[in-house]
Amino acid sequence: MGSTLSPVLSHHWDAEKSWTLATYEADGGYQGLRKALEMDPADIVTAVKDSGLRGRGGAGFPTGLKWSFLPAPDGGPRYLVVNADESEPGTCKDTPLMMASPQMLIEGVAITSRAIGCDHAFIYVRGEILHVYRRLLRAVEEAYEKGYLGKNILGSGYDLDVTVHAGAGAYICGEETALLDSLEGRRGQPRLKPPFPAVAGLYARPTVVNNVESIASVPSIITGGVDWFRSMGTEKSAGFGLFSLSGHVERPGQYEAPLGITLRELLEMAGGVRQGHELKFWTPGGSSTPLFTAEHLDVPLDYESVGAAGSMLGTRALQIFDETTCVVRAITRWAEFYAHESCGKCTPCREGTYWLKQVLGRLDHGQGTMEDLDTLLDVCDNILGRSFCALGDGATSTITSGIALFREEFEAHVTGGGCPLDPAASALFEYTPRRSDVRALSGTAAGTVGA
Amino acid sequence: MASTTYEPYEGAKLERLERDAAAATARYPDPRSALLPLLHLVQSEDGYVSPDGIAFCARTLALSTAEVSAVATFYTQYKRHPNGEYTVGVCTNTLCAVMGGDAIYDELSEHLGVGHDETTEDGKVTLERVECNAACDYAPVMMVNWEFFDNQTPDSAKQVVDRLRSGEQVAPTRGASSVCSFKAMSRVLAGFSDGRADEGVGAGEPTLVGRRLAREQGWEAPSQSSAGAAEGGPSAAEQDAPVPPKSGGEQSSVDTPSAPPSGGTSDTETGRDASKEA
Repeated sequence: MGSTLSPVLSHHWDAEKSWTLATYEADGGYQGLRKALEMDPADIVTAVKDSGLRGRGGAGFPTGLKWSFLPAPDGGPRYLVVNADESEPGTCKDTPLMMASPQMLIEGVAITSRAIGCDHAFIYVRGEILHVYRRLLRAVEEAYEKGYLGKNILGSGYDLDVTVHAGAGAYICGEETALLDSLEGRRGQPRLKPPFPAVAGLYARPTVVNNVESIASVPSIITGGVDWFRSMGTEKSAGFGLFSLSGHVERPGQYEAPLGITLRELLEMAGGVRQGHELKFWTPGGSSTPLFTAEHLDVPLDYESVGAAGSMLGTRALQIFDETTCVVRAITRWAEFYAHESCGKCTPCREGTYWLKQVLGRLDHGQGTMEDLDTLLDVCDNILGRSFCALGDGATSTITSGIALFREEFEAHVTGGGCPLDPAASALFEYTPRRSDVRALSGTAAGTVGA
Repeated sequence: MASTTYEPYEGAKLERLERDAAAATARYPDPRSALLPLLHLVQSEDGYVSPDGIAFCARTLALSTAEVSAVATFYTQYKRHPNGEYTVGVCTNTLCAVMGGDAIYDELSEHLGVGHDETTEDGKVTLERVECNAACDYAPVMMVNWEFFDNQTPDSAKQVVDRLRSGEQVAPTRGASSVCSFKAMSRVLAGFSDGRADEGVGAGEPTLVGRRLAREQGWEAPSQSSAGAAEGGPSAAEQDAPVPPKSGGEQSSVDTPSAPPSGGTSDTETGRDASKEA
């Protein structure tokens, strides 16, 4: 196997009380901040820009470039807001990072704030991960006690306050402008861009919004340097990242590797697909990215290669499904998610996701028609690119790719009057499906086989 | 102040809420940013977002009650009717559903005799279907008051709710050493620490699987000092700043500042400036 793992973010996750400041310092923590405080802020921005670090929250926009879009200081406040609202189905990397190593994020916040001239930063964490919120509150408290936050940080004359803010349950708040509205105490609905947050963000002031993993990568870029960071990954997708394997895989979990590693290599590390089964389909970057199959096992997992193969690297949320999984069931459930989470602001997304859910629902229950497949594609066509944010776009990804890859399976739900697969076969434990699970099988009641 | 003359709370409760609300608003440059924390705070007192709570938030932030309601109804964690002592949420988003979440939800619903967002008659458990909770590598996942119960089966889930209903202390897989009440949880989410951050594990097995494999195989990221020295930016001398041995961290369970005892009642404001509370 060509690729190996490269634990940087996950370096001390297995240490005793890994989340404490003492453990983090013992592993070299806050060396990056010490160095950054001696650097000219503009040089910090340049270093991150030159490193090639791209946003780890899904979009992959170059992080340093985003910072450099802030207008020149005008004496008013500038803000850093960390997007810790991890909610994209399949995505499970920021949450364990903050649980095991919140101090790495806090150090990244301090360095980034210094770089962009911010004296009050916010971490917006979803409200449904209570213990992570506790750990972040405590991490900030410890950092204040040690002089890494607050007034005159480490004698540098630089002041920074950090507020950790809990959301209250809304996927859309992971969209950066919806997050800002939510942080201002409003419904989390995306804003029309431009103006971008860099110009008019939180309280209409210049604001940088970055993902947890992006910010947590900053300290190592400062200590290791640009060349060190670029020695990992590919030219256009530099560095390392957390690859989250879940689903029908022997050893699911977090695998931190240079960008460009393949699923074949990762599966080998993870013990392969569930024993006795084979790969059917997978998401490279969460439920908003078009599906891949076994044909894509050797696609390098970097932004360019995954894009060229017809999907998106997204959040490297590798959800693995074996041959027992009904693709119609999977896609229907995701469609229900998007309908539930659509904020309702833009008509194509609000109405479109509602109808996708209805049409898929009847297909899934064996009551659909062949025409429904065209209806689905037509609705997707009318959502894609027609709303303020990417939620609606994401809702269409698995539907259009799923129909392209598995059209026969959709058709089998129509011609067979229900799902040909047994849902119990894909579960990790044995159970007898409840009545509600029994699909309408073309007029034949369950239990009448051979009658 | 909003023009309402209605006084939603009184006495010690009002005093407490006003004190906490002042601490919450002080964390933000604009007080309205404290609306989400204040709604969590209201739930910590009333067990849901009550009409009194809406009026209190409106009065505190000089908003109309309609403006506050508009926000409260947008977020799923804000309850419109009294919640049980424990919110039990089964993830039924695609991955968990396929791995067994649907079966867990169905059996739990039958076992408890309640459906989505309904509460058992004893007021103990409110059952919910929840969306992806960022623990897919631990599927199927159940959340109790937003603490992680990983790798569940229908039987393990039923055991958890039975124990909760009989008043036992129940520990999540990853989280504090026992699940707290809905009201206590809501107070933490309002930004008031319960001093329990040091309880529980740092990570479960799936979180560590890659890290451990790297140790077994001797895989490391490239050394920082050699690569960093090659470029003009940070000086090589600084790169080589000594790093204390790892063992320091690993012994730190006794060396680190001691945590409040399990289930402790320490209730400190952990926003950016505790002194503002005084």
